[in-house]
Amino acid sequence: MVHHFDLAHGSTRDLNHALHAFNGTDSEAAWQVKNANGLHNLAVGLDAPLTVDIEGHVGYYCAGMNKFARVTVHGNAGPGVAENMMSGVVRITGNASQYAGATAHGGLLIIERSASSRCGISMKGVDIVVRGDVGHMSAFMAQSGRLVVCGDAGDALGDSLYEARLYVRGNVAGLGADCVEKVMKDKHKYELDSLLREAGVSGADAAEFRRFGSARKLYNFNVDNADAY
Amino acid sequence: MPTKRRRKRDSVNTAELHSRLRESATFPRQVIAEIQRAARTGIYDIRGFGAKRVMPTFDDLLFLGASMSRYPLEGYRERCDTSVTLGTRYAKKPIELKIPITIAGMSFGALSAPAKEALGRGATIAGTSTTTGDGGMTPEEREHSRLLVYQLLPSRYGMNPDDLRRADAIEVVVGQGAKPGGGGMLLGQKISERVAGMRNLPAGIDQRSACRHPDWTGPDDLKIKIQELREITEWEKPIYIKIGAARTYYDTALAVKAGADVIVLDGMQGGTAATQDVFIEHVGIPTLPALRQAVEALKELDMHRKVQLIVSGGIRSGADVAKALAMGADAVSIGVAALIALGDNSPDLEDEYNALGSSAGYYDDWHEGRDPTGISTQNDELAARFDPELGGRRLANYLRVLTLETQTLARANGKSHVHNLEPEDLVALTIEAAAMAKVPLAGTDWIPGHGKF
Repeated sequence: MVHHFDLAHGSTRDLNHALHAFNGTDSEAAWQVKNANGLHNLAVGLDAPLTVDIEGHVGYYCAGMNKFARVTVHGNAGPGVAENMMSGVVRITGNASQYAGATAHGGLLIIERSASSRCGISMKGVDIVVRGDVGHMSAFMAQSGRLVVCGDAGDALGDSLYEARLYVRGNVAGLGADCVEKVMKDKHKYELDSLLREAGVSGADAAEFRRFGSARKLYNFNVDNADAY
Repeated sequence: MPTKRRRKRDSVNTAELHSRLRESATFPRQVIAEIQRAARTGIYDIRGFGAKRVMPTFDDLLFLGASMSRYPLEGYRERCDTSVTLGTRYAKKPIELKIPITIAGMSFGALSAPAKEALGRGATIAGTSTTTGDGGMTPEEREHSRLLVYQLLPSRYGMNPDDLRRADAIEVVVGQGAKPGGGGMLLGQKISERVAGMRNLPAGIDQRSACRHPDWTGPDDLKIKIQELREITEWEKPIYIKIGAARTYYDTALAVKAGADVIVLDGMQGGTAATQDVFIEHVGIPTLPALRQAVEALKELDMHRKVQLIVSGGIRSGADVAKALAMGADAVSIGVAALIALGDNSPDLEDEYNALGSSAGYYDDWHEGRDPTGISTQNDELAARFDPELGGRRLANYLRVLTLETQTLARANGKSHVHNLEPEDLVALTIEAAAMAKVPLAGTDWIPGHGKF
């Protein structure tokens, strides 16, 4: 059964309340949401394997803190899409604004066009696949998980990175403090290949990507590294 | 010859020496020691314990009490209520406290698991709330805290929607009094496997806590962020915003605009948080003027008592609590004092403090993880020394003393509820405190900067 919700007639509060009724269940109900019209905080705090399709552009924090649900935005997403996501899949068919996937702990975030600055900031285990480019300071202080960029990356990629792994196919405008290019081994190509397949990205070959990660020089404070900041 | 010279030197007695040597006001011994320490180590001093410098405090205010023109209440007989309700603006489930004193946020990581448990036990016995910290919510503290405030911090270590739903209130931490504008660093030696696991980082590395939130940048964004938190938790839980005392009038107004149910204001004396000594001592303003500015902003917006105000930073006694309430706070929060009540800086451990190059009453290196009391450590052996039941009991005792003292002062001023205390009950002992608190200098009607001389 497919549930329909029209945001031209119901509020954000009504939608989230209706979706939360499934929280803690294993319901795989499908939801079609119309007229998103840039509204903030749509489909936040879900905790069930629902399938939610949102028609139109969304504002801030869509699918924030998601668990288990598969949320697709048929449009562009505002700042903080899928912030602190725990699990599930969030797909944006358009572009995403700043801090996409910020601090997310798990699940998969797919952005079919480009993401703005600070994509994957402080990510804590999420996988993010971007078909297009990412802006500056992406993966800032990223702790774990994987960020895949099929296009170009902006300045200061991976600044103050911890254990997250970054794969970029295009140009990197610049690397942030303690972020270095690393050797692409077979296991990385295999990992990247399966991520691209899981994200449904075709036309990108894992062999075309470069890998970036932490040099781990700033892991314990040493005054002789003060110039690095 | 050397023997003769030594004898001559010995002939100068100590008393004479002390009256002859002149210490520099610019370079006193502590300043010299710090320059020497900096030259030796090449790194600034990091510590906890808040600002140690002398500054105007609640000690510079006095209550007038009652006499001919005011009518006091009978001690031990006439009721003086202390209850507080927090989160009446938007939350479906506001928090009801029995006493106007809460426990401030201190992280698991900074504190040991038994210390966190003790804070929960003590607060629960006394009928008040405790608060998580950077590092998430532990099952121990949730289990032992009847009312638990869950902090949303820039690092988002351990942040997850399940704990958000399990919390009784949510506190968005924008700043702390010890370091308005600063982040944090938990040194590698305190990062046990458990702490590392909760923060998704390898054990043994320094963990930086960011100074800015990752997904909002100003009050307009924060308003949307707070709506997100309300949506996730079905608008049930009060949302607090914690700010360090800086530009307090405007920061309070912006926190109201951003949609806070409760504002937590932390003055510069606040600080179990470890940070650079230079930051602690030279950034932010004292609790006294900050509280007055926050109350002015709330009154200006007709939000006083509608958005509740919790003030922290240097609260030690019932006198401090009563004066903060009289100036317009709805409640106070304690951090350092709570740790001391648990047993921190106990003279019983003098030898062990000496071994760490400190002394009971001075120990402030809580970030180093070597705390002999077992409170601010992740060393299992040290943590095992700490008895959470005894610690909880001590904290409850201390909270009761604070409450009794507060009631005593309220009754003396004729108040049947501690919230009925008002600025008109106060006078200042110093010109500085009069100007900062905007209450008259004792025996005059003079408030510097306002009205006639």
